Amino acid sequence: MSRIDVALHDLRTLDDLARRDTPLTRLDARAQVVTTLVFCVVVVSFDRYSVSALLPLALYPITLAALGDLPARPLLRKLAIAAPFAMLVGLFNPLLDRAPLLTLGEIAIAGGWVSFASIMLRFALTVGSALVLIAGTGMHELCAALGRLGVPGVFTAQLLFLFRYSFVLGGEASSMMTAYELRSGGRRPGLKDYGGLAGHLLLRAFERAQRIHLAMIARGFDGELRSAASRSWTRRDTLFVLGWCAFFLLVRWVNIPQWLGQATTGQLP
Amino acid sequence: MSHHYIEVRRVSYAYPDGTLALRDISCRIEHGESVGIVGANGAGKSTLLLHLNGLLTPAEGQVVIGDIPVTEKTRDQIHRSVGFIFQDADDQLFMPTVLDDVAFGPMNMGLSPAEARARAQAALESVDAVQLARRAPYRLSGGEKRAAAIAGVLAMSPSILVLDEPSAGLDPAARRRLIALLCSFSHTRVIATHDLDLVLDVCTRVLVLHGGSLRADGTPREIFDDVDLLASCHLEVPLSLQRRS
Repeated sequence: MSRIDVALHDLRTLDDLARRDTPLTRLDARAQVVTTLVFCVVVVSFDRYSVSALLPLALYPITLAALGDLPARPLLRKLAIAAPFAMLVGLFNPLLDRAPLLTLGEIAIAGGWVSFASIMLRFALTVGSALVLIAGTGMHELCAALGRLGVPGVFTAQLLFLFRYSFVLGGEASSMMTAYELRSGGRRPGLKDYGGLAGHLLLRAFERAQRIHLAMIARGFDGELRSAASRSWTRRDTLFVLGWCAFFLLVRWVNIPQWLGQATTGQLP
Repeated sequence: MSHHYIEVRRVSYAYPDGTLALRDISCRIEHGESVGIVGANGAGKSTLLLHLNGLLTPAEGQVVIGDIPVTEKTRDQIHRSVGFIFQDADDQLFMPTVLDDVAFGPMNMGLSPAEARARAQAALESVDAVQLARRAPYRLSGGEKRAAAIAGVLAMSPSILVLDEPSAGLDPAARRRLIALLCSFSHTRVIATHDLDLVLDVCTRVLVLHGGSLRADGTPREIFDDVDLLASCHLEVPLSLQRRS
């Protein structure tokens, strides 16, 4: 399997997960979008040296993954793919901020390392919750939910089409690479070859876009992408949003791990 | 429904790059007829089809569908009565699920979501594809995609069906099911195809295009018995007739 095929397979797996009937997929996608948004805002609102206070927030993506019966491996693999970007952001913190912030026994830990850990934790929480959101709702439900929450139709339609035709264009790209490899005699494609292949793929994408547009016009498309799928907001959705938001606020104002530690060791402030 | 004829009056069309795709084409297709359009690659089949529901407008001449001339102004009206099924079903199946896709046309016609869903369900039943309703289009086989694309057009209740290479890429069983389906329709059908055996099974009339011009118009037997005509238009006798002779 080529790397393009593997990427498409991963994308397909994520979408397939959302098509199953689980307590998570039965929730209205808007409830999950709003709650995940609040979650991300709460995660990034902590100060830069927060680590322990953030830990209880991991309960949200973990609970949702359990509710949706989502397998950990593909989600963790995707998290690992994005991790280098977050590492890059916090890379210089340990070098620039060397003042000791806390001590673990004899070892003094510099503020830079703590803030680096905080960045990585925030990355894992926010990206992890976004992945769970996609695997728990599916791209089409997600786009419909965004549309119903007031995101302009042009953006949700773009997102939907990007997702739908990534499989078609990805398949074409994969075929082109296979055709190249079969006649390249084992030579790796150079920049010039990639340029030619990408240009060719772009022209194909233009042609397909024109044909899709014609197909849409032929069925009465007037600029608005309407969906016939029925969705209704229930009390369960309200409870989901309110319950989790209350938990996020609690975690935001009370450092639960610290409080638990002090409570169990009897050293309350 | 008897007014749903198609009349092509002296239509010519050139693409923006100057390629003359249609030259002075005239024909009239009556209600309920099943017409095959055959010709070599580049003969103008797809271009002619695109004129039948206003996706292209002629440089010269006129297309009339049931007393309504096909123009920019009448295009929405024409789209309701002429259903167009594209060669590559992937071009037509752009919504996230098959049900959403089949309901796309009815929703654009102003039907409520419940009505559109009922229409979509009925259309899927008519092509024996109800089980596909919740599937993602990219997960379907070639035959299933074709059935879903046809359902998407049937859901708009058109009087005329226009199909571009409907059997392209189908396996023999899927092709046979498609032929049975096309034979079961009472709509006026216009089918552009290289599959001459499909034309024999489904069509009552054949138009032969060559180099953008209409070279012949007759019954399938008349056309397919004329070996010289077929050879000059880069066609050949259908395989099923070759075996019989």
